[in-house]
Amino acid sequence: MNSEKRFIGTFEKGSSLWGDAWVRLSKNKLALAGLGLVIFFCGVSFLTPWIAPYGYEEQNLVLGASPPSSQHLMGTDIFGRDLLTRIMYGGRISLFVGFIATAVALVIGISWGAIAGYLGGRVDAFMMRVVDILYALPFMIFIILLMVVFGRNILLLFFAIGAVEWLTMARIVRGQVMSLRKQEFVESAYAMGLPRHIIIIRHIVPNALGPIIVYATLTIPNVMLLEAFLSFLGLGIQPPQSSWGLLINYGVETMEEYPWLLIFPGLALSLTLFALNFLGDGLRDALDPRTSID
Amino acid sequence: MLRFALGRILQAIPVLLAVITITFLLVHSAPGGPFSADKAVPPEVLIALEAQYKLDLPLWQQYSGYLGDVLRGDFGPSFKYPGRTVNELIATGFPVTAELGIYAMLVAISIGVIAGVLAAVRPNSIQDYVPMSLAMIGICMPSFLLGPLLVLFFGIYLEWLPISGWNNMPGDKILPAITLGTGYAAYVARLTRGGMIEVLSQDYIRTARAKGLPEFLIVFKHGLRGGLIPVVAFLGPAFAGMLGGSFVVETIFDIPGLGRFYVQAAFNRDYTMILGTTVFFAGLIIIFNIISDILAMWMNPRLQSKTHGPEK
Amino acid sequence: MLEVKNLKIYFHTRNGITKAVDDVSFSLNAGETLAIVGESGSGKSVICHAIMDLLEKPPARIESGSITLGGENIFDCTKQRMRQLRGNDIGMIFQDPMTSLNPNLTIGEQLIEPLIYHSDPDKRIGRRDSRLRAIGLLSEVGIPDAKNRIDNFPHQFSGGMRQRVMIAMALIGEPRLLICDEPTTALDVTVQTQILELIKKLQAKQRVGIIFVSHDLGVVAGIADKVLVLCDGVAMESGKTEDIFYKTKSQYTRSLLEAIPSGGKPGKEFVATGTPLVETSNLSIIFNGGSGSGESDVKAVDDISLQIYPGEILGLVGESGSGKSTLGRSILRLIPPQKGKVIFEGNDLTNLSHSELIRFRRKMQMIFQDPYASLNPRMTIYQTLAEPMLHHGMAKQEDALEKVLQLMDEVGLEHRHIHKYPHEFSGGQRQRIAIGRAISIKPDFIVADEPVSALDVTIQSQILGLIMNLVERHKITMLFISHDLSVVRSVTDRVAVMKSGRVIEDGKTEQLWQIPQDAYTKELLKSIPIADPRSERRRLLMNRNKKKGSDF
Repeated sequence: MNSEKRFIGTFEKGSSLWGDAWVRLSKNKLALAGLGLVIFFCGVSFLTPWIAPYGYEEQNLVLGASPPSSQHLMGTDIFGRDLLTRIMYGGRISLFVGFIATAVALVIGISWGAIAGYLGGRVDAFMMRVVDILYALPFMIFIILLMVVFGRNILLLFFAIGAVEWLTMARIVRGQVMSLRKQEFVESAYAMGLPRHIIIIRHIVPNALGPIIVYATLTIPNVMLLEAFLSFLGLGIQPPQSSWGLLINYGVETMEEYPWLLIFPGLALSLTLFALNFLGDGLRDALDPRTSID
Repeated sequence: MLRFALGRILQAIPVLLAVITITFLLVHSAPGGPFSADKAVPPEVLIALEAQYKLDLPLWQQYSGYLGDVLRGDFGPSFKYPGRTVNELIATGFPVTAELGIYAMLVAISIGVIAGVLAAVRPNSIQDYVPMSLAMIGICMPSFLLGPLLVLFFGIYLEWLPISGWNNMPGDKILPAITLGTGYAAYVARLTRGGMIEVLSQDYIRTARAKGLPEFLIVFKHGLRGGLIPVVAFLGPAFAGMLGGSFVVETIFDIPGLGRFYVQAAFNRDYTMILGTTVFFAGLIIIFNIISDILAMWMNPRLQSKTHGPEK
Repeated sequence: MLEVKNLKIYFHTRNGITKAVDDVSFSLNAGETLAIVGESGSGKSVICHAIMDLLEKPPARIESGSITLGGENIFDCTKQRMRQLRGNDIGMIFQDPMTSLNPNLTIGEQLIEPLIYHSDPDKRIGRRDSRLRAIGLLSEVGIPDAKNRIDNFPHQFSGGMRQRVMIAMALIGEPRLLICDEPTTALDVTVQTQILELIKKLQAKQRVGIIFVSHDLGVVAGIADKVLVLCDGVAMESGKTEDIFYKTKSQYTRSLLEAIPSGGKPGKEFVATGTPLVETSNLSIIFNGGSGSGESDVKAVDDISLQIYPGEILGLVGESGSGKSTLGRSILRLIPPQKGKVIFEGNDLTNLSHSELIRFRRKMQMIFQDPYASLNPRMTIYQTLAEPMLHHGMAKQEDALEKVLQLMDEVGLEHRHIHKYPHEFSGGQRQRIAIGRAISIKPDFIVADEPVSALDVTIQSQILGLIMNLVERHKITMLFISHDLSVVRSVTDRVAVMKSGRVIEDGKTEQLWQIPQDAYTKELLKSIPIADPRSERRRLLMNRNKKKGSDF
C-alpha cells in the first residue's frame, strides 16, 4: 500500500522486553559461560557414539586401572575401560534424565497450575489442596520405595522424578496466572471483547513465560542431582547402563588407590550443575521485570 | 494462631493415612513374595513363615491389622532379622540419625545465615561474591561427592580426621555433619540473601535509617526478622531432604543410623522394615513441616493476628 | 537554621549522567515552612534525602554545594555524627504510611528505639521513660487510647492513623527540622485535611522548621510560608507563598497554576433526553472475605441504581474503598454482580455469557488509572491498537497500519513510535495509547477509572483536554470515576457521591457544588485544598472553627 511506503522509512525500532532481557543476559558473563557449557555438554552427549575415543564396553584387562595419560585422557578403570568414554556415555543418560524428567514436570505442572489459576474459585482451591497434600509426602522415600518394589527401571525413574518436581512448577504457574489475570491489561483485553483463547495466547502466556523458563532451567540440575543420588545408592540407573552418579559410586569404592575415578565423574557432574545454575540465575536476573523498569 | 496450628495438625492426619496406605499397597504389590529371593526355601517352611507374618490373610485384613498396629505404635517384626522388631531397629538407629541431623542443621543455619546476611548487606561487592560463589559450589557439590572428597583430603591425605564410624573416635562426627550440612548451608545462604535484600529495600528500612539507628540494628532488628521468613519456611523441606541425605552420608561414613538401615532394608527387601521406616520418616517430615509453617506464621504479625483481634 | 547552597547532585548511571539537582539554594528558619514544589522527577525528593544523607551513593553523587544545619556542614559530618543528626535534629515523614512502618514490630517499639539506642550515650533514655514519652506523643498526634494501641502492629491501623504514628516517630527526638515528603499524597482528602492540621499545630508548639515537599499547589498554598518551585532539578522560582501565587514570575510556575482544574465544565448545560444508555438497577456486589480467614463479607457495591443518558458525562466520586471502581467494572461486566441488573441500550447484560457479551463489548470500553499496568508490556503500540480493530472487523490486515496511524494522530502520538513498546514511553504518552485503544473500536460508552490520577498536573490537564475533545467529537457517553473532586467538577455534567458502597447523593455538578445536601458531601467538598493562599487559609480557618464548635 501507498501509506506503508510513505511511513516505513521513519518508523523507529522498539526494544521488546525479550530483547532487553537478551541484552542483559549477554552482559552476564557467568550466565553466558553457563549457556556455552550446557550447549557443549549437550552436543558432546548427542555425538558420543561417533566421537567417543573408545567403545563403551571396550576393556583392556592387561592395562587395568591407569592414571590419565595421552592414550586415556582421564585414565582407565579397573577393567581398563577408558574413563572419558564412560563419562561421555554416562553424561548421555544423566542429561537425558535431566531434560526428560523436567519436561514431564513442566507438562504436568503447567497444565495443572494454569487450569487452577485460570478457573480460580473452588476448582482452584481443590487443585491446590491436592498439591499441598502431595507436598507433605516424603517423596524421596517414595522414590526409593518405588525403585525397590518395581525394580530399577529408567522409565519409572522419569515418572517418579517428574512426579516430584511438577508440584513447584504448578504453584509457580498458578501464581503467575492468578496475578496476570488481575492485571489491568488482561482486564482491558476482556473489556475489548477479545475471545478467551486470544487473551490466553497473546496476553497471558507471553507474560508468564519468564518465570517458567527460569524455573525449568533450575529444575534440570535438581533432577540430575536426584538421579545421581539414587544411582549412587544403587537405586537408580543400573549397569550395564551408566550415569555420572553411578560412576561416582564406583569411584568412591576405589578412591584411595585410583582417585581419578572419583574426581573426573564428580567434576563432570559438578560442572554441569554449575553451568545450569548460573544460566538459571542469569535468566532470572535478565527476565526479572523489576530490573527491566530502568 | 492456635487455630492455624490445630488446622495444620488436623490436615496432617489424612496425609499420614495416605502415606501408610500407599506405602502398604506399594510394598504388597511388589512382584515376588518377600521370601522368594531366598534360596530354596522348602514349601512347608514358606507356609509357616507366611502364617507367622500373617501373609496368608486377605489383603484388607492385613491392612486393617497393620493400621491398628501402627496406631498403637507397633511396626511389627523384621523380615530379615528374626527375633527383632522394627521398633527396636528404629530405636537403635534413629538417635544416631537425629544427632547427625542436628549437627548438620546447625552447620546449615549458622553458616548459611551469616553468609547470606554478609552478602545482602553489600550486594554486588566482594562481600557478596565470595560467599555466594561458595554457596554455588555447595549447591553443585552433592553430598555423595563432597563426602568422599572430604574423606580423601582430610582423612587420607592429611590424616587429620577419622574417615568413618560414629562415636568411636574424637572428631568422627565432624566430616559427616559438614558433608550433610554444606548443601543446605548453601541453600540457606541464598535464601537469606534474597530475603534480606528484599527486606532491606523496603520503605521501612529507610524510615529506620531516618531515625538515626545504627546500621547493625537496622540489619538485625528491622531486617533479619522479615528476611528470615523464607529460611524458616525452608526448614521443613530441608529436614526432609536431610533425612534423605542421611542415607548417603551414613553409607559413606559407615554410621549405624536409621538411614543406612533403610537402604540395607531396601536391598534386602525387608518389607516390614521398609514399611515401618517409611511411615516413621513420613510422620517426622510431616511434623517438621508443620513446625516450620507455624514458625513462619509466628514470625509474621500480619498473619498472626488474622485469627485474633479485629483489624482497625 | 538550614542553609542549602548551590547544591548539585548528579546520578551517574550506565546510561549517562542525570542532573537530579542542579545548583539549588534555599534557607529555612526555625518555625518556618518551606514548600518544595515540582512534578515527578523534578528532584524534590532527592534534596530531602540529601539533607538526611539517605541517598544511595552511587549512583548519586554530590557534585558541589553545601547543606548547613545550625552552622554545621552536613557533608563534613562523620557517619556517627550524621546518625545523631538524623535521630535528634532532623525528622522525616514519608509519603506512604502503608510501607514506611516496619510490619514486624509494634509501633511502640518503633517509636522508642531512637531514644533507647541513641547514638549519643548521654541522651539515651530507659525503656520505661521512652514508653511514657511515646504514649504522650501518640495521644498528642491524635491516636485514641494510646496506652493500649502502642502495643499494636502497624497493620492494625488505618492509613491516616499510620501517618499520625509516622509523625509521632519523626517528632520523638524533638527535631529542629522536619522534612515531610508528600505526607498526604497517599491519603484520602478528608484525612489529608486532618493531617495537615496536625502538622501545623505541632509546628506552632515545637517551633520546628518544616520542609514540605508536594506536587499539590492547593496543599502548599495553605501550609507554606515560602515556596521553591523545581523543574528538572533546576529552581525555577522561589519566594514568599503569596508572591509565588499572586506575582508569579516564572513561566513554568504559571503553567503549573494554570493546569490546576478549576470551575465547572465549559459549554452549555447538559439536558438528558430519551431513555438512558446505561442503567443499573439495585446492583449489589459482595466480596466474601474467604472462608476460614475470619474476615467478614464486604459489600463493595450496595443496592445502586443509576442512569446515564446518551451524551452525558457522569462523575463518580468517593474516597478509597468506597466501591466506585467496583461499580465501574461491574457495569462493563468485568466483575459479575450478585444482585440487580445492568442494562445497556435496553438489553440486560447481567446474565449474558462470555460469547454473547462480546457483541456489546465493542460498544463499551474502559480507560484505566495506571497506564503502566493497563498495557501489555510485550506488545508494540501497533499491536496494541490494531488488535481490537482487527478483531471486531473495524480494520483488515491491509489497512490496519493506516488506521493505527490515524488513531495515533487523534490521540497525539508521533508516527515514528509505532513499533515501540510501552516501557519506552512516559506515563502521559502511555495513557494516550490506552485512550487510543479504548476509542479504536468507536464505543458509545466509556468508563474512565481515575484516568489522570497517576499523572503530573500539567500532563493531567493535557490528557483531560484530550479525553474531553474525543468525547465531544465521537459523542461518547462516559462514567468518569475519580477521587479528585476538582477534576470531576471540571469535566462532568452530573455527579454521584459514593460512600461505603452506596450512592449517598447525586445531582447536577454545579448544583451539588453550590448546595450539597448530604453531610458527607459537604465534608468532602470542604476538604478540597484551593490553590490560592488566601482562600485556602480561609478554608482551613473555617474548618478549624467549625470543628471547635462541634467539639464543645
